[in-house]
Amino acid sequence: MISIQGLHKSFGELEVLKGIDLELEKGEVVVIIGPSGSGKTTLLRCLNILETPSAGTISLNGQKADFSKKVSKKEIDAVRRQSGMVFQQYNLFPHKTAIENVMEGPVIVQKVPKETARKKAEQLLRKVGLGDKLDFYPFQLSGGQQQRVGIARALALEPEVMLFDEPTSALDPELVGEVLQVMKDLANEGMTMVVVTHEMRFAQDAADVVIFMDQGKVVERSGPSEIFTNPKEERTRQFLNLIS
Amino acid sequence: MYYNNVLIDPERLQRLTDIAQSSLRPLLEGAITYTIPLTLFAFFFGLIIAIFTALARISTSKPLQIIARIYVSAIRGTPLLVQLFILFYGLPTIGIVIDPFPAAVLGFSLNVGAYASEILRAAILSIPKGQWEAAQTIGMGYAQSLRRIILPQAARVSIPPLSNSFIGLVKDTSLASMILVTEMFRRAQEIAASNYEFLLLYVEVAVIYWVICFILSVIQGRIEHRLDRFVKR
Repeated sequence: MISIQGLHKSFGELEVLKGIDLELEKGEVVVIIGPSGSGKTTLLRCLNILETPSAGTISLNGQKADFSKKVSKKEIDAVRRQSGMVFQQYNLFPHKTAIENVMEGPVIVQKVPKETARKKAEQLLRKVGLGDKLDFYPFQLSGGQQQRVGIARALALEPEVMLFDEPTSALDPELVGEVLQVMKDLANEGMTMVVVTHEMRFAQDAADVVIFMDQGKVVERSGPSEIFTNPKEERTRQFLNLIS
Repeated sequence: MYYNNVLIDPERLQRLTDIAQSSLRPLLEGAITYTIPLTLFAFFFGLIIAIFTALARISTSKPLQIIARIYVSAIRGTPLLVQLFILFYGLPTIGIVIDPFPAAVLGFSLNVGAYASEILRAAILSIPKGQWEAAQTIGMGYAQSLRRIILPQAARVSIPPLSNSFIGLVKDTSLASMILVTEMFRRAQEIAASNYEFLLLYVEVAVIYWVICFILSVIQGRIEHRLDRFVKR
């Protein structure tokens, strides 16, 4: 489903990803943890090609791009279409209502008829518990509600993989639960998910795989129960001690 | 003295009232046939120029950036009146003859375009990068992101400074009188030249400009209110 090989990314002199290899099966939920500056967000952004990798290959659902060569816009679009992205700062379109935010991609990019898109958007917003907020503007919604609109917006394009970039980090503590619940529901429905988060509870409850990254490399990969109770690497142990 | 005369001499007062009344029609005619169309055309074309200039300035292409910079610098660095004179009195010497009104439209459009491009550039840059990224992740290209996501938000930010430009433009069109456009101010000059009531005519024309600009600022308020519906107040 997801196959990453030898992925490198540099910003100028600074090498942020130093050769990442990663294989994921369909339906797996992987949580990426690690200290800030470890490259986890950059890795996630590379999967959606918000950052163009310096080298390496990414294959999502059979769509492959090799960044060691020149990659065409068409290839980038094909890879990008496979995934939906949820941002830390939600990044909702402030001049559009909740339902307009969700409809925008299907109507404008996929050319789905408006009525069809509206029905589907309504359904998605109900699914994330916002059936009564369809015509609200983002500023009228709480952070947790905005983030759930963000999830619905990403789902509207029917991606094969959902990418979450610290989806609860900007939220007040009491609003974290509602967003995590939506994510758990998605995971239970069999969505393939890559989640960068500091919510260790979520990792324990919902992850199939936990990856610990440090200094641009994958240090350890294992199941949630092993990594939290019995990490193999010293660096993982240190990190987990620091945050618990 | 003169001002005493006005106040105490009923005959003179009558004459002034008559002139004020009879001149109102030609002045308003000048406003409707030249001042207002000139303003609208120049602002419309100026905005189009401004959008492309702003996009060129924030593009990654060096040549585009440089062309846009030179254009903005040249327009901002030279007087509007000189620009109009070059177009209308200068160009004919190399065989390019433009009628007064088109020359004025061209001159004012180029002028507004340069100033408004800076306004739009700042407005576009004020929209958070996350908006571009969100548009990108739902599959939008550059043009779609710009049209659907960025420009509507930038419009909100740029309405107050653009209104400033627009109101400034209304008043600047009086300079078109210098290149033989018979707009409102030129008519006032012509009427005053025939009856020597300079103070009356120039105050009258000033009041008309003021009224037009007042109406425009009311409209500005309405537009701002409309575009503010999606932000917290």
